[in-house]
Amino acid sequence: MSKKKAVIRSDMTRAQWTWKEMKRNKVAYFMVAPYMIIFSLFTIVPVLLSVVISFTDFNLLELPNFVFFDNYIRLFLDDDIFLIACKNTLIFAIIVGPVSYMMSLMVAWFINELPPKIRAIVTLIFYAPSISGQVYLIWGTLFSGDSYGWVNGILLNLGVITEEVQWFQDADYVMPLCIVVAIWTSLGTSFLSFIAGLQGIDRSMYEAGAVDGVRNRWQELWYITLPSMGPQLMFGAVMSITSAFGFGGVVTALCGFPSVDYAAHTIMHHLDDYGGQRFEVGYSSAIAVVLFAIMIGANMLVKKVISKVGR
Amino acid sequence: MAKKLRTRKHKVVLNRSAGGDAGITFMLTILGAFMFLPMLYVIMQSLKPLDELWMFPPRFFVRNPTMKNYRDLFTLMNTSWVPFSRYIFNTVFTSVVGTFGNLFLSSLAAYAMAKIKFPGGKFMFKTVRTSLMFHSTVTGITSFIIMSALHMIDTYWAIIVPAWATSLGLYLMKQFMETNVSDAVLESARLDGASELRTFWTIAMPMVKPAWLTLIIYSFQDLWNKGSSIYIHSEQLKSFNYAIGQIMAGGIKRAGAHAASTVIMMLVPILVFVISQSNIIETMGSSGMKD
Repeated sequence: MSKKKAVIRSDMTRAQWTWKEMKRNKVAYFMVAPYMIIFSLFTIVPVLLSVVISFTDFNLLELPNFVFFDNYIRLFLDDDIFLIACKNTLIFAIIVGPVSYMMSLMVAWFINELPPKIRAIVTLIFYAPSISGQVYLIWGTLFSGDSYGWVNGILLNLGVITEEVQWFQDADYVMPLCIVVAIWTSLGTSFLSFIAGLQGIDRSMYEAGAVDGVRNRWQELWYITLPSMGPQLMFGAVMSITSAFGFGGVVTALCGFPSVDYAAHTIMHHLDDYGGQRFEVGYSSAIAVVLFAIMIGANMLVKKVISKVGR
Repeated sequence: MAKKLRTRKHKVVLNRSAGGDAGITFMLTILGAFMFLPMLYVIMQSLKPLDELWMFPPRFFVRNPTMKNYRDLFTLMNTSWVPFSRYIFNTVFTSVVGTFGNLFLSSLAAYAMAKIKFPGGKFMFKTVRTSLMFHSTVTGITSFIIMSALHMIDTYWAIIVPAWATSLGLYLMKQFMETNVSDAVLESARLDGASELRTFWTIAMPMVKPAWLTLIIYSFQDLWNKGSSIYIHSEQLKSFNYAIGQIMAGGIKRAGAHAASTVIMMLVPILVFVISQSNIIETMGSSGMKD
């Protein structure tokens, strides 16, 4: 960095120095301002506001009253459906997150040595379901509750079942099916990041590894490949976890709202129910804060684990 | 070293057993079928005439392919209460304005954060990076309050303005600029008297073309796939995706038209991805998180 005037930093207090630097770089503030203002308005402020409102009984119509921890007490002690939602959300995230992460990594690794043209096609096949909007509704057709649904048709024809199974209306099947669909749509950003990470590894590393006694592809994966793509593994983990918590839309579209016996009711649905439909904004903010804490907590935990890979 | 070296197309490959190759191909085929067959079924459904859609036992493949479903879809579009062209316009308009606003604001901010050292810059980036960790649903309700305070509810702006500042956009752009724009080039431009804005626009931006293509695609996909939103009440402002959902609500007779509309909805993002795939992968190369 070039400095226009020779300024001796030790002559100034920290605050003076910072002020000087701020004035010298004022153009940088103009450049980040538009983004940061909008980002603050629709991301930072909403999070902080949720925390504040979660201590009130705000309902959009009357002036809010301060109610301390009442919302949280009601949530954990008095709301059975919330506890079901918590359980379902955790099951969802614990299965979909890791499975989609491992699948992204495995597939990216499998296709890494294919010729570029074929690799591009395979990438598209795996990535397409995650970008194609509501294409996951096809699972509703495949598992349709009447005999025209493909799965019911096949099973009826083979005599495995004697009458149609209401797949998405049966509390026993709803969760597993939604998990499968969620996994189907989950090979997104982290998948692309892994492909790029694998492509970026220097080939000479593998040759050096072979000389040093790496004997098969699994050792190569564990000792060379994974450690050299650490940053991608971290980014991929964050993206996988975040999307594993965001699959409420898939459930609503396939099972309706609320799902049968709340069998696939997640915290997101609960939030939507109280915030978007009953307008109990205070209570729904408490739900949002809990969900927020779970998401951040899960990310922190997983980042700790990932940072140990290959070490 | 008496071990025989395996070769692929006359090149020596290290540490690759034939059994492993076969196993991997097998796994990849199974996973590929799981991913691809439902997509293929979407296309098959859209080509089936009505009697094949409601046939027992159902068949996976179409026997007498027809374009009737697509024609029905266009007839349906012309007879709906709000003209279908309006829904299409809504989606295209919000997608385009949202995407380009996001591209401009994110890359401007990313440039400052990546290439100018200023007090608070690191902190701002860390905040944005942290926000990658939570899904936007947690902010939905309170965003509603903020939008109503700004009188943005039930306008295009409710969809467009939040899309201008996405965390993933800034994150990818900043990471890519950090690794792909050399400080020396910027420094010489500054010494030649170019303003910071000019350096950004004429030197840095052309160097990060893959990143801005990626940003465009992410932003576009996101906006294109937007369904009904709690911020929009008026029928005239609702999205194409929402209208497609309404077709399905029309019941058995509409099943064919719905299948056709699903194909159209999915083809657009897929085509956009196909065109820009190599750029996206290049951008993702620098997506890594250090801590």
